[in-house]
Amino acid sequence: MSYWELVNMQFMQRALLAAVFTGLAAPAIGTYLVQRRMALMGDGIGHVAVTGVAIGLLTGTSPTWTAVIVAIAGAIAIEVIRERGHANGDVALALLFYGGLAGGVLITGLDNESGSRLNQFLFGAITTISRTDLIVTMALAAVVILVCVGLAPQLFAVAQDQEFARVAGLNIRAYNLLVAVLAAVTVTVAMRTVGLLLVSALMVVPVATSQQLSRSFRTTLVAAMVLGTAASVGGLLLAASFPPDTRVSPGPTIVLLALAGFVLAWPAGIWARRRQRLRQPFPVVPAVAHQETDPHPHQHGEDCGHVAVPHGDHVDYVHDGHRHAPHGKHYDEH
Amino acid sequence: MSSPAIEPPVVELSNGAVAIAGRPILRHIDLTVHSGEFVALMGANGSGKSTLVRALTGLWPLATGSLSLFGTPFGSFHDWQRVGFVPQRGGATSGVPASVWEIVASGRLTRRKLLRPLGRADRAAIADALDVVGLSHRSRESVSSLSGGQQQRVLIARALAGEPDLFFLDEPTAGVDLPNQQVLADTLRTMSERGATIVLVAHELGPMAPLIDRAVVMRDGRIAYDGSPLASEQVATAHLDGHHHHHHHEPGHHDHAPHVSSLIEGTDR
Ligand SMILES: Nc1ncnc2c1ncn2[C@@H]1O[C@H](COP(=O)(O)OP(=O)(O)OP(=O)(O)O)[C@@H](O)[C@H]1O
Ligand SMILES: [Mg+2]
Ligand SMILES: [Zn+2]
Ligand SMILES: [Zn+2]
Ligand SMILES: [Zn+2]
Ligand SMILES: [Zn+2]
Repeated sequence: MSYWELVNMQFMQRALLAAVFTGLAAPAIGTYLVQRRMALMGDGIGHVAVTGVAIGLLTGTSPTWTAVIVAIAGAIAIEVIRERGHANGDVALALLFYGGLAGGVLITGLDNESGSRLNQFLFGAITTISRTDLIVTMALAAVVILVCVGLAPQLFAVAQDQEFARVAGLNIRAYNLLVAVLAAVTVTVAMRTVGLLLVSALMVVPVATSQQLSRSFRTTLVAAMVLGTAASVGGLLLAASFPPDTRVSPGPTIVLLALAGFVLAWPAGIWARRRQRLRQPFPVVPAVAHQETDPHPHQHGEDCGHVAVPHGDHVDYVHDGHRHAPHGKHYDEH
Repeated sequence: MSSPAIEPPVVELSNGAVAIAGRPILRHIDLTVHSGEFVALMGANGSGKSTLVRALTGLWPLATGSLSLFGTPFGSFHDWQRVGFVPQRGGATSGVPASVWEIVASGRLTRRKLLRPLGRADRAAIADALDVVGLSHRSRESVSSLSGGQQQRVLIARALAGEPDLFFLDEPTAGVDLPNQQVLADTLRTMSERGATIVLVAHELGPMAPLIDRAVVMRDGRIAYDGSPLASEQVATAHLDGHHHHHHHEPGHHDHAPHVSSLIEGTDR
């Protein structure tokens, strides 16, 4: 079977659709989590969701739905702990994470068969996704995307400055809970794609990548969604390209691809910020006394190799910590 | 200005108290601010100025007492587009880049309906607010690339963008240079002349001094002085001098006539 035949198989088509939706939804909600400096919240919810999956497997109900319910409960608990703002809220969160993970593993241990199935949820098994799973995934992801984009002004304001948002009349508790619930839903949507242990990476890494090069919230959000989709679709196709006798699941390839994007964007971002800062016009202030440069054999001009920065009605050439402005036959120190 | 009998006070707090973590911070606060007044809230560090502003905006719940805004009891007050707030803080950054324009635009949220894009009036108000604080040319930049004082000016613009009638500013000019303080003072003067009510927390009034109608001095969580404007150096001793009488403003009484009791020259307009 050739690679293209494989990609055209029905299960791959389903997997690709799921990857697109997950790739859009996870960074969308992830942007708000990073904005609140709660990048690891997705990870926490992922650990709690393990218990939900285990309960589903043990009781024979759909693990997706039990995971959604337990993840939402966990997310709300995290949010409540955060809102109470106790000094050791951090520790309380950690307790919840580990409780969730240990509980899940324990519950799975009660039933011999569910152990291997739990693995599918921990590391993702996008290619085993059924038709109903796909519809549920797409519907939930669509809700997450629509809310994250549609309510962007409100969600942005609440995450940016809670107090200001409250005085602006926004019900910040409702918005905070909304973000927590959306994060929980996203985690369970993405668990089939990248797996619970790597979910948080798809929520956070594209955001970290896009903010290297963006200066506004909107571009960060949109670019993160684009990057997330590229990583999840690319990772899936990459995983499918390994020989059939290997057991490469798409979760790790998706996350590694997203990280590769970050590794490329990071130096580019440092360079772009530096370049922008260097070229930013100097402020125009009343001139200090006229001061000529020391003897100056070099002729400044276009492409002379020095950064030229606008300064009022002329240009200053920057070198060796000085700003040299042409003045008749000599240069002035500015 | 409408007749005093009809217009209720803009802010009315009676016998207010605030406790933080069970510890009483503000006690026995009676504060009435009438429409169009420009009140300076002064006092030493930790005297409770910010706490009072936060109580008046509903950010701290009252332990006792009753608060009404624009004549509506606080519990049923929803007219938030009439209220503007500049919190006391350094910096406007968060975990994700945000442009200056985006932060200022969030000041329009009080007037925007859910899921509606920004209208023409919103964009104009945002542009005006950016203009006032002199940051129009940097509106596309990330706030994190601005200096502390410039970030403070972004927060002022955010509140201005909402075009409020009642303005709470908690040390808005801390870290802002004198020319820009002057610009803010000019803006506040215009707003005040249009009838806005302003409550300003400040240690140094600077260019705002001529605008102040009334000074309220806090001391250890209580109001120590409420009367005609004071110079910064008089604040520490305000509760001691003979002026300690509650300067009861009659409803709607907003006189621009010289205050006979004015303690500093040049405060009269
Ligand atoms: N979040 C808080 N938790 C505990 N105590 C607080 C909190 N906020 C304020 N306080 C206490 O309330 C008192 C008043 O503080 P507040 O911030 O109102 O002072 P302030 O007059 O605004 O001072 P500054 O001039 O420094 O801004 C202080 O004693 C402070 O310790
Ligand atoms: Mg204060
Ligand atoms: Zn040169
Ligand atoms: Zn120059
Ligand atoms: Zn030179
Ligand atoms: Zn010269």
